Amino acid sequence: MWSWVLHRITGVAIFFFLLVHVLDSVVLNISPDAYNAVIGTYKNTLLGIGEMGLVAAICFHALNGLRIIAVDIWSWATRNQRLLFWVVIVLWLVLMAGFVPVQIMHMGQEVHK
Amino acid sequence: MTTIDAPRSPQAPARPKRRTNWEKWGWIYMRVSGVLLVILIFGHLFVNLVAGHGIAAVDWAFVAGKWANPFWRVWDGLMLWLALIHGGNGMRTLVNDYAHNVTVNRVLKWGILLAVVILIVLGTYTVTAFDPCTVPNNGLSFCK
Ligand code: HEM
Repeated sequence: MWSWVLHRITGVAIFFFLLVHVLDSVVLNISPDAYNAVIGTYKNTLLGIGEMGLVAAICFHALNGLRIIAVDIWSWATRNQRLLFWVVIVLWLVLMAGFVPVQIMHMGQEVHK
Repeated sequence: MTTIDAPRSPQAPARPKRRTNWEKWGWIYMRVSGVLLVILIFGHLFVNLVAGHGIAAVDWAFVAGKWANPFWRVWDGLMLWLALIHGGNGMRTLVNDYAHNVTVNRVLKWGILLAVVILIVLGTYTVTAFDPCTVPNNGLSFCK
């Protein structure tokens, strides 16, 4: 039940982000300055936290999606779907422990080329 | 003895017309695209947000460098198509679950379809037409 609610919410959130993200990439073909201005708006603390939220949503949706697929096609996984939900949670925590510190490190970094 | 008329028998052959089960193919698509998207999206997140300086290093020149290799153009193009169709089909499921009013249901689903088609066209144009070396003073070493 909760895994289903979370799967829905994260799916919708990722979809809306994807709409924005394709549009910001379209600016690549307008001019370098225009694109750098747009992508520059992602580089602040608020959207840095947003980036973590997005990665958290994607990681949950991906892991839980793989669980749904396993439960659908493999009878062992169907019988143990509750156990697999906790496996999803643990793997999600592991992924977060990998992503979040790196993302915090990159926040506010200035890269001169 | 009275005879009873033969019961009505169908004129058409008994074999039912076979129709494509679109919901089944949608269900299969969600799973196949899901597995492929795990690879595509985590590769994308790693290269753009984790490796090097992450988001701090992403700018026009970063993308130009990445897309100098057609490998990444194919990668990003596949991700674009698979994710938008997967997400659009998932949003259709939600509309069918929650929008019971026939008109609202129809408007929302046409809206989703329109958004997905427009973004696939725009995104495909972006990833194929992008040609950094035609931009004057681009500062890119690989353009000479
Ligand atoms: C990272 C890899 C992904 C995997 C493994 C995955 C897997 C799945 C699976 C298995 C379903 C369930 C379909 C069903 O119940 O019939 C689903 C639903 C959904 N996905 Fe994904 N997905 C992924 C990425 C995405 C992305 C990038 C988006 C957004 C663009 C997205 C949006 C959705 C939506 C909106 C639903 C519908 C939710 C529902 O019906 O409750 N997914 N996904």
